[in-house]
Amino acid sequence: MKRILSVLAGHAGRCVGGVAFALVVVALPGSVFAALGGNAASVQADQGHMQASLRSIRAANYTVHELQSPTGVVVREYVSAAGTVFGVAWQGPWVPDLHQLLGSYFEQYQQAVQTQNNGRAGRRPIHVALPGLVVSVSGHPRSFKGHAYVPDMLPEGAKAEEIR
Amino acid sequence: MTKLRGWLTVVVSASAMVAVGCGGSSSPRINTIASTGQNVVAISVNGGPDGDYANGLFVSVTVCAPGTSTCQTIPNVLVDTGSSGLRLLSSVMTVSLPQQNGTNGPVAECLPFLSGFTWGPVQTADIQVGGESASSVPIQAINETTFPVPSGCTNFGVPSMDSLQALGANGLLGVGLFAQDCGPACALSGSSNPGLYYQCPSSVCQVTAEPLTQQVQNPVAMFANDNNGVIIELPASSAPAASLSGSLVFGIGTQANNALNAATVYTVDDFGNFTTSYKGQAYSSSFIDSGSNGYFFLDSSTTGIPDCGSASGFYCPSGTQNLSATNQGANGASGTVNFSVGNAETLFANQADFVFGTLGGPGQDFDWGLPFFYGRNVYTAIEGKSTPGGSGPYWAY
Repeated sequence: MKRILSVLAGHAGRCVGGVAFALVVVALPGSVFAALGGNAASVQADQGHMQASLRSIRAANYTVHELQSPTGVVVREYVSAAGTVFGVAWQGPWVPDLHQLLGSYFEQYQQAVQTQNNGRAGRRPIHVALPGLVVSVSGHPRSFKGHAYVPDMLPEGAKAEEIR
Repeated sequence: MTKLRGWLTVVVSASAMVAVGCGGSSSPRINTIASTGQNVVAISVNGGPDGDYANGLFVSVTVCAPGTSTCQTIPNVLVDTGSSGLRLLSSVMTVSLPQQNGTNGPVAECLPFLSGFTWGPVQTADIQVGGESASSVPIQAINETTFPVPSGCTNFGVPSMDSLQALGANGLLGVGLFAQDCGPACALSGSSNPGLYYQCPSSVCQVTAEPLTQQVQNPVAMFANDNNGVIIELPASSAPAASLSGSLVFGIGTQANNALNAATVYTVDDFGNFTTSYKGQAYSSSFIDSGSNGYFFLDSSTTGIPDCGSASGFYCPSGTQNLSATNQGANGASGTVNFSVGNAETLFANQADFVFGTLGGPGQDFDWGLPFFYGRNVYTAIEGKSTPGGSGPYWAY
C-alpha cells in the first residue's frame, strides 16, 4: 500500500492525486497511512500516535493543524482544500517519529540521507532536495527543527517557505 | 575582538597567510593558545581515523574500569560542544566496562544527531582527559549487537553511526552546555518522556524513565577540578590545510590559563540556542557547535548562494562570499561575526586537505560549526556551574 501511495504522489496531478487518496484512504486502517501525502484523516492518526493536543488554523489556501505533544515537540501539518497533507514541519527538544510523519516518503528520505556525504565524513544538517520530496532537519540534541513537503502537492498560491 | 597577549611566532605567521588568502576583506584574528597545564589537552583537526573527515576536531580519551588501573587510551574521539556525554564505538574498545542496570534490566540508549543516531548500552567508566579525571561516569558504548535497535530509534530517519565509517571517529566527547545528554525530560514517566533511554530485560528493549544521575553525563561536569566548562583554542585557518593543532582547556576562570579575559558572554535559552540576525531577520534557534563541520545557515533561496547539488548539503558559490551576521545572547549581549563561505567542491579538490575555514552549507537558522572556532577561543559554560562570567549555560568568545 505504501508503494501505491508513493506512486500516486509522484506522478498524479494535484487534483487527481487528492481524489485518489480519498478513495484509497477509506480502505485503510488509520494507523497505516501517515501524514505527508496522506489525507486530513491522517492528522488524527498522528495526533493519536503523539498523544498530542490539536488546534487548527485556516490560512488563505490551506489549513494548518498544529499538534502539541507532551514531550514539547510541536508538529504542524499543512492540508490543502482538497484534503491532502502537502507539508509537515516540526520543532522541539527531540526528533519526532518521522516514520509516522513522512509516511510513504520515509524510505525515500532514509535513502537520500544515507547518500548525502560527498566522500567526506562530517556532521551537518540534513538537506534533501529531490524533485518529489524536500526535507530539511537541523539543530542539536535538545533542540531540533525540520520541515518536509512534496513540491507537486503545494496548493495554488502556497509558498514552500510557509511550511515551518 | 582581537587579543594580542602572549602570541607565538607560529600564530603570527599563520595570520599573515590569512590576510593574503582573504584578500584583505576582514582582519585576521589572533588568539592566544594555552599550551601547558594539567587542564590542557592537545586537540587536532585532521581527517580522523577513517581519513576522510572534513573539519573534524579530535582528542584522546582514557577510559578505565571504575576503581581499577585497567584502562585504554582511545585516540581520535570527536570533540563536540553540541552534545553532552562520552560515546565510544564498541568496536574500538578493548577494556571491559560494567553495564548499568535498571530495575527491569540493563539500560541502553538511542541518541539522535543530525547525521545519524547512536545506539547501545550505558556503561560506567573512570575517565581521564589530559590531566583531568572523573570517576564512575555513565557513558554510551555504541553497537547494535548487545541489544537490537528499537524502532523508536530507526524512526528518527537517520542512519546508525555504529561503525568507524559511519561515525568517522572512534567516539564522541560531548562537552556541551548541559550536564546530561537528555536532562529532566528523560527522568519523567509516561507520555512526557521523549523515549531515549531503554531497559532491555530480554531481546526486546522498552522505553524507561532514567534518573538524572544515571543518564550519560558530560564528563567535564564530573571532573574533580576545572569542571564548569571548556575552552576550545584553535589558530586561524583560511586556505585549506591538512591539519590544525590547538588546545582543549578545562575550566573557566579556575586557573591562570583559562580566564575569560575580554570574551563576551552570550547566554542561551532552555534549548541551548541564541539568536543570530542576518540581513535584518532574527533566527532564534541558532547555536555554536564544534561538532558541525561548517557554517550551516538558511537556504539557497534566502542567501542567494547556490547549493553544490540537489543533495550535497554544501554551498558552492562561484567565488568566496564574505558575509556578516550578529549574534545575540538571551542576556542581550551582541556582537558581529564576519565569516566567509567558499565553494565546497573547490575546497574538497585536494584529497589531502581536511581543514576548511570557509566550508558552509544550507541549514535552518545559524549553526556556527567548527570554522567559527578557527582563530577564536570559544568558551562553553555548563548549566548550573558558576564562573567569573556568571552561571552557565552560556557561550563566550
